[in-house]
Amino acid sequence: MAQEKYETHEYDVVVIGAGGAGLRAAVEASAQGAKTALVCKSLLGKAHTVMAEGGIAAAMGNVYPEDNWKVHFRDTMRGGKLLNNWRMAQIHAQEAPDRVLELEEWGALFDRTKEGLILQRDFGGHRYARLAHVGDRTGLEMIRTLQQHAVHKGIDVYMECNLQRLLTDGGRISGAFGYWRESGKFIMFKCKAVVLATGGGGKAWKVTSNSWEYTGDGVTMAADAGADLMDMEFMQFHPTGMVWPPSVRGILVTEGVRGDGGTLKNTKNERFMFNYIPDFFKAETAETIEEAERWYDDKRNNRRTPDLLPRDEVARAINSEVKAGRGTPHGGVFLDIASRRPADYIRKRLPSMYHQFKELADVDITKEPMEVGPTCHYAMGGVRVDADSTATTVPGLFAAGEVAAGLHGANRLGGNSLSDLLVFGRRAGLYAAEYAKGISGSLTVNSDQVESLARDMLAPFESKGNENPYTIHSDLQECMQNLVGIIRVESELNQALEIIQKLKQRAKNCRVEGNRHYNPGWHLALDLHSLLTFAEAATLAAIIRKESRGGHTRDDFPNTDAKFAKVNIVTRMRNGEMTQTQEPLPEIPDELKALLEEKK
Amino acid sequence: MAEQQVHMRVWRGDANGGEFKDYRIAVGEGQVVLDVIHAIQAQQANDMAVRWNCKAGKCGSCSAEVNGKPRLMCMTRMNTFVPGETITVSPMRTFPIIRDLVTDVSYNYQKAKEIPAFKPKPKESDGTRRMYQEDIDRVQEFHKCIECFLCQNVCHVIRDHGDNKPAFSGPRFFVRLASLEMHPLDSNDRMELIKQKAGLGYCNITKCCTEVCPEHIHITDNAIIPLKERVVDRFYDPIAKLMGLFSTKNK
Repeated sequence: MAQEKYETHEYDVVVIGAGGAGLRAAVEASAQGAKTALVCKSLLGKAHTVMAEGGIAAAMGNVYPEDNWKVHFRDTMRGGKLLNNWRMAQIHAQEAPDRVLELEEWGALFDRTKEGLILQRDFGGHRYARLAHVGDRTGLEMIRTLQQHAVHKGIDVYMECNLQRLLTDGGRISGAFGYWRESGKFIMFKCKAVVLATGGGGKAWKVTSNSWEYTGDGVTMAADAGADLMDMEFMQFHPTGMVWPPSVRGILVTEGVRGDGGTLKNTKNERFMFNYIPDFFKAETAETIEEAERWYDDKRNNRRTPDLLPRDEVARAINSEVKAGRGTPHGGVFLDIASRRPADYIRKRLPSMYHQFKELADVDITKEPMEVGPTCHYAMGGVRVDADSTATTVPGLFAAGEVAAGLHGANRLGGNSLSDLLVFGRRAGLYAAEYAKGISGSLTVNSDQVESLARDMLAPFESKGNENPYTIHSDLQECMQNLVGIIRVESELNQALEIIQKLKQRAKNCRVEGNRHYNPGWHLALDLHSLLTFAEAATLAAIIRKESRGGHTRDDFPNTDAKFAKVNIVTRMRNGEMTQTQEPLPEIPDELKALLEEKK
Repeated sequence: MAEQQVHMRVWRGDANGGEFKDYRIAVGEGQVVLDVIHAIQAQQANDMAVRWNCKAGKCGSCSAEVNGKPRLMCMTRMNTFVPGETITVSPMRTFPIIRDLVTDVSYNYQKAKEIPAFKPKPKESDGTRRMYQEDIDRVQEFHKCIECFLCQNVCHVIRDHGDNKPAFSGPRFFVRLASLEMHPLDSNDRMELIKQKAGLGYCNITKCCTEVCPEHIHITDNAIIPLKERVVDRFYDPIAKLMGLFSTKNK
């Protein structure tokens, strides 16, 4: 039996990924009485959430009492170009404030208002100052709070453990299989339910804010297990990544810089965002610099500065400015807060940006503008889930956070990610535990399936080929950057598909040196499968959506198309082949529809 | 800066031993030590073990000793070295080697478990939690910690005397303890632990931890010394001891 051959653990619920969503899911599943394991690829507390800067969007109304879930719902839907799953957007807006307050009960210390409540800051696409934050290191506060809470609840944590495949029994989840990074030995979990909280796949692009962990493994494990993927064409390019020096290109510069008063300028010193206000946002965006300046202090009588349009709009605008020759020699634009806010204020509000630019780029952001440009940041698409329960289309498989699709539609608003992790992380843990309770009898894992996985995973050591996994990865990044970037066109997307097919062949000839003991070359060789799956799904979906919407811009179809406003593109893996279909969006109830139509 | 070659000496090996290996590699503009390690990994030593995540000084994964100094590799610019200088990179010395630049830091995760959890006092009568910025500034400084464990690595109490580890939590966890003790909402009492099991008394405030902190947390002045004062007040001050009989924890 395969079970005896490998280190095996049995749980009710296995949570894969220990960022905000995974931690919150594990805390909840455990609180519901489920025997829970939390499995992560890095050390605990190092997941991508730690890098989140700006804040957690939640309509608490601490700064603007007129804020409420309905306004947050509306902003989220409009930011996502109405392609969002309305029910997820509703749940998210309704539950986010409670999730933030819960963090405070667990020891988090957010910046305060004068009245001693949680302070909220402005961010793109949000009508009111709404982001609970701690300077520009909100993600660190959130992950540490959740991490310490989970540790004290006695949840079993498997660190530096990389799960590669889900195991199924009669079409439902029965476990997961992978390896310890340290020893290279295989490990098997037998469990009733799995929560995927693995994040996105932005490491398939070259200029990216994502870490090595973002290889699309959750999306790939789900697809390989038969689950539906959705909205894979929508990738968010964050408008402000560092551009210089080359070694830091892509590292994130928080939207909080603009939230706290920073503005974008081209080399002609123009605030060019005023030239890029789309009709869709005209009614709620300031038309003049004067109005925009008044808005910072008086939101009731003025409209938002176009510097804080949703990220897709700002990223495209920067891209156009650079193309038109008004960019910096390093291919970015200027982000200026130095001339607009006092140095003390900047250091207090944006300490980690100050530090990052000073140390890595020799730029003092209290004295000089930053140079910024778009960087691949976030996957709106991912695993298709039920809005209330986060259940995927595979029984026993749940997904929350960036790996799941639906909440953000075609484009995510800043700040809505951290709240997403908390709201749907909790729900994933809750419903996974509930599902596990309903499963009686023992689940079996198919030993043939496990044996074949183990053989595949060791293949790079015995390969007769001579491909270097790092080279294949870098060729993929080059391909996605150049051909499936911010602005797309059919001929290039087709070209990308051909390259991806060739890379898949080359990946089979990967050879790794050394042994199984903490061997990053081997780990990367194994990650190529998920990187390539993610890239292929994103490219195929991008070909099908012949329109421009949110994080998907087609040069050959520059406008939105009413036909595509009504459908999600769903991707399925069947017998090793990807198939894609267009499926209708769920119908939004009239009372919520009315909220979207309210002007301003 | 035009592209130039550097000479890197990187420690390669495992728990059974190892040695410095020499690599010559091109360095690009603005690069940090971690970029160079990655380039060696991609081009010359695919299996070189190294931890990293954010590459921006926010996650605390890539701690190592660069020319003998404890540093985050992602925040150590190559242009801070003299041109032509050989740069050595070795794993943190205080923790057991796993492989190459990767060490076993589980000691820290064990110490984290031993600290009693945050326990909030009751809410305000209006159901809110009111705290004022000036009352949390000092705790927010401690919350900046990215758990790179460089302070633990450099602390001579455990760096030179590994047998102290069971009885000593180390600077990282003095910071954690201070953050809980000074948290305006916390109601747990950890003073006995701080004095006994955490081994605060071993620290003789040489400030090595403060010097290496990439987040510039004033570990010694703002966390360790105030904790030492609280221990003295609680356990050795006869008047405070008497007062302690009549009052609960004084935050």
